[in-house]
Amino acid sequence: MNDDLRAKFPLISNSQIAYLDSAATAQKPKIVSDTMYEFLTKENATVHRGVYGLSQRATDRYDAVRESVRRFLNAKSTREIVFVRGTTEAINLVANGLGKAYFKPGDEILISEVEHHANFVPWQQLANSNGLVLKTIPVNDIGELDMTAFEALLTTNVKLVAIAHISNVLGSIFPVNEIIKKAHAVGAKVLIDGAQAVSHMPVDVQALDCDFYCFSGHKLYGPTGIGVLYGKEEIMTKMPPYQFGGDMIESVTLEETTFAPLPEKFEAGTPAVVEVLGLGAAIDFVTEIGFDRIHAHEMDLLLYATAALKQNPRVDIIGEARNKASVISFILEDVHPHDIGTILDDKGIAIRAGHHCSQPAMLRFGVSATARASFAIYNTRDEVDRLIDGINFVLEVMT
Amino acid sequence: MSVRNLYQQMILDHNKNPRNFKDLELVTHRAHGKNPLCGDDYFVFLHVDNGVVEDIGFKGVGCAISKSSASIMTTIIKGMKVDDVLSMKDDFIALLTRDDVSEEQKKNLGRLSIFEGVKEYPVRVKCATLIWRALESSLLLEQSETVCTE
Ligand SMILES: Cc1ncc(COP(=O)(O)O)c(C=O)c1O
Repeated sequence: MNDDLRAKFPLISNSQIAYLDSAATAQKPKIVSDTMYEFLTKENATVHRGVYGLSQRATDRYDAVRESVRRFLNAKSTREIVFVRGTTEAINLVANGLGKAYFKPGDEILISEVEHHANFVPWQQLANSNGLVLKTIPVNDIGELDMTAFEALLTTNVKLVAIAHISNVLGSIFPVNEIIKKAHAVGAKVLIDGAQAVSHMPVDVQALDCDFYCFSGHKLYGPTGIGVLYGKEEIMTKMPPYQFGGDMIESVTLEETTFAPLPEKFEAGTPAVVEVLGLGAAIDFVTEIGFDRIHAHEMDLLLYATAALKQNPRVDIIGEARNKASVISFILEDVHPHDIGTILDDKGIAIRAGHHCSQPAMLRFGVSATARASFAIYNTRDEVDRLIDGINFVLEVMT
Repeated sequence: MSVRNLYQQMILDHNKNPRNFKDLELVTHRAHGKNPLCGDDYFVFLHVDNGVVEDIGFKGVGCAISKSSASIMTTIIKGMKVDDVLSMKDDFIALLTRDDVSEEQKKNLGRLSIFEGVKEYPVRVKCATLIWRALESSLLLEQSETVCTE
C-alpha cells in the first residue's frame, strides 16, 4: 500500500483526479514546494557572488545539491555534474560541444528509431551542419532494441551512440550496459537520455561507464526548469562552453577570456538556485523511499494494468518489451487518442494523447498517435480500475 | 455539458463515414492543414469556378472532432459562393471562441452549430477549426501553403 506516499503529494491527495501522466511530468511532494518556499521567504540570495552571510549560506546549500546529485548518480566528482534546464538543454549542450571539438565530417551518430525529439533533432541538425551521418537503430515489434542490427551498424565510423535509457513512448528499458560496452569497443562515446529512467531505477554512471547521462528534475518529482548533465571529466574538459557570460569565466580582459573550470564552465549566468534546491529535496525524497519499494510498487501497477487492458480485445498495447517500466502506450481500434483523452478527462482521468514528441516512433508502429498511461509512486490499483472503466466508457461514447 | 454532447451522433457518423473524402480531378485551390501538437493532418481540395465552389474534397487523418468538422464543412459549402464561405468561416470560428454570437449567426451556421459544445473544451477548438483555416488559406492564396493550428 502507498497511502503514506500519496499523502505527501498535495495535488494527489487533494483532488479526485487519477493522474496517469507522470512520464510527462511528475507531481511534487510537499517537501519540494516547502523547500523552495522556505528558501524564497527566508534565505533567498544569489550564489557564488555575495560576500554576505546570506549569500554564503545559499551557496553552501546550492553546492550541497551538486554533491547529492553526484551521489545519486554515483559520479566520481561534482566537476562532472552540470546543472542545466532539463534533458533537452543537456543534450543540446553536448551536441554543441562535441560538434565543435570532437566530430569530423563523415563521422556517424547512432540513435534508436524511437527517440524523443530531444535526443533526435539536436543530432539531426548537427549532422546537417557538420556533415555527419545520423543512423537509427531499429526496434522490433514488441519495442525491444534490435541488437543484431545495432551491432551491424556499429562500425569504427560511429563516434557517438545517443539513446534513451527508457523509451517514453514504449516504456522499454534499453540494454544500455551492453550498448555502452559494445560502443566503447569501437571507440564511440555514449550519451544516455535518462529522462524517463531516474524516477524508476537506480543509476550508477560509473558502473554503466557512459560518457554522458542526462535527466530532468520535473520527471523526478522535482521542479521544472532544472536538470542535470553528467559528463566524464576528461571529455567535458575538452568541450568548449555552451553559453557565455557571468559565472563561467575565470578572467576577462578586452582581448581574451579564460573560462572557469568544470562544472561552472557550462553554467553561464545566475543559476536556477531555487529549482536546484527543489531538485535536491526531490532526490532526498526518492532516496529515502528507496528504489526497491518504488520498483515493486510500479511493477505491480504495470502488470495489473497490462493484464486488465489485455482483457479488452479492442485495446492494443504498443510496446511489450520484456524489460519495461510503468509506461503503457495503447490504441483503441479506430478511436483517435485525442478523443480518448478528452473522454477520459470527463471521468477525471489524466492520460497523455498524441505523438509524445516522437514522431519517428509513431511512424515505426504505423500510428499517428497513441494514448499513454504512466504510473508513479502515488498511483494505485484503484486508479488503474478507473482507467479500465474509463476505456469502456470511451468505447461506449464513440460507438 | 457532458462529453456525450460533444460526441453527438452526427459527429460520430461523419467521423466513421466522412463525406467527400476524396481527391478531385480538377483542382483550382488546395491547402494542407495540420496540428503538430496532436497530429491532425488534412489536405483540402477545391474546384472553384466563377467565384463558386463547384466541388470539394478532403483527405487525411485526425481525431473525430477534426474529421467530422471537415466532412460536414464539405457538405455545406459545396455550391456556395467563395465570399459566403469566408464569412461562414468567420462565424464558425466565432461560435467556438466567443460568447457574443447572435442567434442570427447561429441560424446561418445551420448544422455546423452542433460544434458549439466544443467551446467548452478549449484544447479541442483547434481540432474543429483546423479544416476551416486550411480552407481559408486555400481560397485566399494563389499558391496555398501549410497552415498550422497550435
Ligand atoms: C525520453 C525523453 N527524453 C527527453 C525528454 C525531454 O525532457 P525535457 O522536456 O524535460 O527537457 C523527455 C520528456 O518528455 C523524455 O521523455
